[in-house]
Amino acid sequence: MIRPDAPVLLEIRDLHARVEDKAILKGVNLTIRAGEIHAVMGRNGSGKSTLSKVLAGHPAYTVTGGSVTYRGDNLLELDPEQRARIGVFLGFQYPVEIPGVSNLEFLRVATNARRTEQGHEELDTFAFEDLVRERLKVVQMDPAFLDRSVNEGFSGGEKKRNEILQMALLEPLVAILDETDSGLDIDALRIVAGGVNQLANADNATLLITHYQRLLDAITPDYVHVMAAGRILRTGGKELALELEQRGYDWVDQELAALAAEVA
Amino acid sequence: MSSSQAVGDLVSQPYKYGFVTDIETEKIAKGLSEDVVRLISSKKEEPAFLLEFRLRAYRQWLQMQEPDWAALGYPPIDYQDVVYYAAPKQQQKKASLDEVDPKLLETFDKLGIPLSEQKRLSNVAVDAVFDSVSIATTYKEKLAEHGVIFCSISEAVKDHPELIERYLGTVVPSNDNYFAALNSAVFSDGSFVFIPKGVECPMELSTYFRINSGDTGQFERTLIVAEQGASVSYLEGCTAPMFDTNQLHAAVVELVVLEDASIKYSTVQNWYAGDENGVGGIYNFVTKRGQCRGDRSKISWTQVETGSAITWKYPSCVLQGADSVGEFYSVALTNNKQQADTGTKMIHVGPRTRSTIVSKGISAGRSANSYRGLVQIGPKAVGARNYSQCDSMLIGDQAAANTYPYIRSQQPQASVEHEASTCRISEDQLFYLQSRGIGFEEAVSMMVSGFCRDVFNQLPMEFAAEADKLLALKLEGSVG
Repeated sequence: MIRPDAPVLLEIRDLHARVEDKAILKGVNLTIRAGEIHAVMGRNGSGKSTLSKVLAGHPAYTVTGGSVTYRGDNLLELDPEQRARIGVFLGFQYPVEIPGVSNLEFLRVATNARRTEQGHEELDTFAFEDLVRERLKVVQMDPAFLDRSVNEGFSGGEKKRNEILQMALLEPLVAILDETDSGLDIDALRIVAGGVNQLANADNATLLITHYQRLLDAITPDYVHVMAAGRILRTGGKELALELEQRGYDWVDQELAALAAEVA
Repeated sequence: MSSSQAVGDLVSQPYKYGFVTDIETEKIAKGLSEDVVRLISSKKEEPAFLLEFRLRAYRQWLQMQEPDWAALGYPPIDYQDVVYYAAPKQQQKKASLDEVDPKLLETFDKLGIPLSEQKRLSNVAVDAVFDSVSIATTYKEKLAEHGVIFCSISEAVKDHPELIERYLGTVVPSNDNYFAALNSAVFSDGSFVFIPKGVECPMELSTYFRINSGDTGQFERTLIVAEQGASVSYLEGCTAPMFDTNQLHAAVVELVVLEDASIKYSTVQNWYAGDENGVGGIYNFVTKRGQCRGDRSKISWTQVETGSAITWKYPSCVLQGADSVGEFYSVALTNNKQQADTGTKMIHVGPRTRSTIVSKGISAGRSANSYRGLVQIGPKAVGARNYSQCDSMLIGDQAAANTYPYIRSQQPQASVEHEASTCRISEDQLFYLQSRGIGFEEAVSMMVSGFCRDVFNQLPMEFAAEADKLLALKLEGSVG
């Protein structure tokens, strides 16, 4: 939902970042307002996953220039945990398995960290169980997954559902979903996308990072951005994704070549 | 700060029990000889049989060699440079706690082991041992009502010499090994527990060992006897001040379990581990063994080993009685330059005996952590079963973890299973937890306690949370 007067949640300005010695982001600009759903598309290696990790504060990535403000504050100076607590959420492409740590306990500690930051009371075990059982419905998840270790032995689809469950509990204002559709069959995709749609509202925003149109058939974006060589090359509405689907990414290469020629 | 550095700092938390209590101590001169053994025995006014026991052990020790098979490296120990007896100066054993030197009570308060009537732990009886001498035992009277004897071993020698004579040295003979022989010759104090037939001990029993003096060796001796159908849960805790010299600690623990009886023995060992360069710290050479003498008897060892510069320790079970059960649950954490070689021996003698071994080793810093365990199934142990699981967790990239399982079976109808795994706390796991709002330190401690959960579940409730905290503290700054 595009409302020009809606407050800006995330403002990315000329963002540059590298991993080890390799420059990956080379000047990303993006403004995200409350209520909006954005999709960033692009080939492997275009920098879209790096963008999500930089926003979440992954220690392997170094920001070399530009700025990111979240509701007016400098996001880049915060630790990853602090970013999460104030409402920035990263849904992982490959959710990590953590043997020995109970999923329920993990979800409770995470939820309470967010609640404390918001000035709410921490939930005790019982209150949290009530909450989590209600939120399980968002992704039609079996409560048995709560008693297992975090993501351990989960199938690809179960891991992604667990990600959306975390999102449902943490109620972020900006949710960045990195290739949430990868590895999902049609049914799982529908459930996960349904969860994302249920959670989207006028106060929050979603940034989908994806390869494929099929996720965007289930979640309608307000904006589609095409990323290539560490920059957003073009921005449009949902029809841009359809165009990509039909024409492929070859035109992206042509535009890149033209850009390179201009610079030369 | 890179996360590897951060984990490192996390582990290298200052040792908070490193203070020294300024108290007058009676010490004998350094060195070991037959005269010293006689002197210790006479200071303790011991009966003749005990002096004999000590002298025999001393002569055996002289003939023995220090073991060198463990994966441990340390400079040679000069056994003549150790003080073999030190005791805080106070008049004879106190009738009540009010007469105990307040400095000692204060010391234990500071360690979180309040002894005074008002503050003591509500369902745990404590024997407090300071520099190898028992200074106080709480709830003695209440335990006596149930026929339970819980006192220092010195008192037991005076008050129950027949029990000591019957059981001492019957599980760990004085010539069992080098360190056990040394202990048998010079042991100063320790705890004695006797649970009579059919009695379920009404409270947790606990001994807290505190080393205070700098150059003094520590040689405690603990003996626990559970008669037919009796049961008890016992916990020992250990801390020591920080000195820049290494200190020798060689303890012996013996457990005797008769028919249908059970002993659960838990240890939280947090001796001073030395500094980050490995200077100072306790050399911990301990022999712990229990005998399941009766049918259907059970011994369960649980240990959380976090301290000491060197740990050499293999709490073992001799499963003689038919259907007897031995268990060993261990968490050993090493950091900086600590070295641990620890594990267990499960000796299956009787038919249908069962044993379970769960060992969790965590190595951080530049430490080395080895599991060494023996499962032995004798020819009469028809239908014996063992299950062993040894997991190692590495933190950082300079720590080492080794597993040395030994299996000897002379019984074709026995089943022995061994599983082992090694894992590392990865940056991705930490980042995942952090990206959900969980702070770095909490993330590490969640993962470590998750790793150790099977073992912590075995600890008495009052101490499980403590152990969790202790580990978190030890790990502060170590993950990378």
